Amino acid sequence: MKKQPEMQGRVKSISYAKWGYIFIIPFFIVYILFTLVPQFLTVYNSFFENYRIGLTQVGPNYVGLENYKALFTPQSDGTILILKYTANTFILWIIGAIPQFVIAMLLAVFFTSGRLNIKGQGFFKTVIYMPNLIMAAAFSMLIYTLFSKVGPIQLFLEHQGIIDKTFDFFAYRVSVRGMIAFMNFIMWFGNTTIVLMAGIMGIDQSLFESATIDGANAWQVFFKVTLPLLMPIFVYCFITAMIGGIQMFDVPQVLTKGDGLPNETTRTLVMYLNRYLSGASRNYGAAGAISVIIFIMTGVLGFVVYKMLAAQYQEKRSAPKYHRRRQRGENA
Amino acid sequence: MSENTKGRIKLLLLRIVVYAILIILSALCLFFFYLMVVNASRSNAELAKGFTLIPSGNFFTNLKNAWNDASINIPRGMLNSLIIALSTAVLTTYFSALTAYGVHVYDFKGKNLIFTFIMAIMMIPAQVSALGFVQLMNKFNLTNNYIPLIIPGIAAPVVFFYMKQYMESVLPLDVIDAARVDGSSEFRTFNTIVLPMLKPAIAVQMIFSFVSSWNNYFIPALLLDKAELKTVPIMIAQLRSADYSKFDMGKVYMFILLAILPVMITYIILSKSIIKGVTAGSVKG
Repeated sequence: MKKQPEMQGRVKSISYAKWGYIFIIPFFIVYILFTLVPQFLTVYNSFFENYRIGLTQVGPNYVGLENYKALFTPQSDGTILILKYTANTFILWIIGAIPQFVIAMLLAVFFTSGRLNIKGQGFFKTVIYMPNLIMAAAFSMLIYTLFSKVGPIQLFLEHQGIIDKTFDFFAYRVSVRGMIAFMNFIMWFGNTTIVLMAGIMGIDQSLFESATIDGANAWQVFFKVTLPLLMPIFVYCFITAMIGGIQMFDVPQVLTKGDGLPNETTRTLVMYLNRYLSGASRNYGAAGAISVIIFIMTGVLGFVVYKMLAAQYQEKRSAPKYHRRRQRGENA
Repeated sequence: MSENTKGRIKLLLLRIVVYAILIILSALCLFFFYLMVVNASRSNAELAKGFTLIPSGNFFTNLKNAWNDASINIPRGMLNSLIIALSTAVLTTYFSALTAYGVHVYDFKGKNLIFTFIMAIMMIPAQVSALGFVQLMNKFNLTNNYIPLIIPGIAAPVVFFYMKQYMESVLPLDVIDAARVDGSSEFRTFNTIVLPMLKPAIAVQMIFSFVSSWNNYFIPALLLDKAELKTVPIMIAQLRSADYSKFDMGKVYMFILLAILPVMITYIILSKSIIKGVTAGSVKG
């Protein structure tokens, strides 16, 4: 509505306005049908009791917030499952994410350093990015096969006399969690490296030069120039990685056959959700409530990402030159 | 020793350490896949003997066995995945470009609101609407059907955002005006003039959407239970639930190899433009 006077001034755009709607209609029809309606249905389901015991179907009956209450009701041993699985998800993510970000940061600095002048960058980047495209289910299956009781790693360690036949990598929380975190690390550190590299290359090069002329050493340049200016991209990267972490499913699901071995210590939130979506354990009420909780968690983080993107976008559109000049002026 | 030589030695040492780190990380990335290829070339009996890094001669026997396996129809699965991933890649890129073009070129009421909305929904994962999605597809009788796996690709906020940014940097509006003067319709201008200008962005996004559709496991596993419709990730996960000890292990490695092969080949051929695509998608400044 505010735009009306401006638009009247531009006769051409008015006569073509309908094409704007025509071009975006397919997107919105599909979005509403396949995402928005399912989203509402999911929330709606969370207020109904609707599950199966054996062959008997219970519900759907309206139960208000009972499904949510049930989720947060402690088991007989005192654990609250949803909190346990949230903790699992977060732990699995963070033990992969710490090396992922530390190494990615390190490599990004190496690759962009003019002093080091690394040769063969194309090759290294190609190799470290490759695992990002591997099918997670297949990678997980591969790691399972390699570490299984009849797998080559087990056999190798047996022959070396380090372990005996009774040893099982999948009986220990540490090793299973370690495998999952390791896979996530291998799959994502190359991607993060490339993103952070692009961020460093986007920093005004004259800042590095003037810092070096002023006598700053490599550490000082990193902590006083690179890191502060890279912060927005780093935070953006970290939060999107965390949103990805909340969705963790394929790797632990395939590795542990959906059981979260050992003793449910590797069952993630989405694995929990998945169990209620089909088969004998179908429970749409619980699944709905879990979905809403995951939605809130990703929603909060997603809002931060959105704010950052929107700010950046606005800034780029309005006055990129002014901004860059100002930044240079402030820091020089 | 002068300051200069000292500095040079320090730099040399630093370089050695850096290259060592890079080589170790690269080796780590390649090791498991190398081991997979080696093991895919060994017979079950050889595999039971233990660990080696030297390939054996059973590669084609394993390939034949895996290809003709009775319970896991991997050629069918690969064909299914290929159909879904290719259709998704085409639809996603075409319609994302179309939507981005609509928002980029035309002035209409609510345009800013629409752009804000698409950006806001960008980070919402598919899992949180999966329940309603499965329920709705059940109601429409669309389970065991590829429509719910392909059509939703038309609404891809991330690809839309990429295309929009790309258009801002490469698409001059006077080209469109010139086409209008020549009497070209709006659709024709988009299809014949604008799309070719977006080729690099389309290529990159086609690869990414192909890969993510090929690798997608969560939603297809909820919708497909007919054996002849199953996709590769579902078959791989099935392998995990099977009774493992009775399996021909050489065949298992071959299945995994076949599952990732199409993406690997694409990557080896196009790695340069793929990495450029990751870089371009990430520079938002």
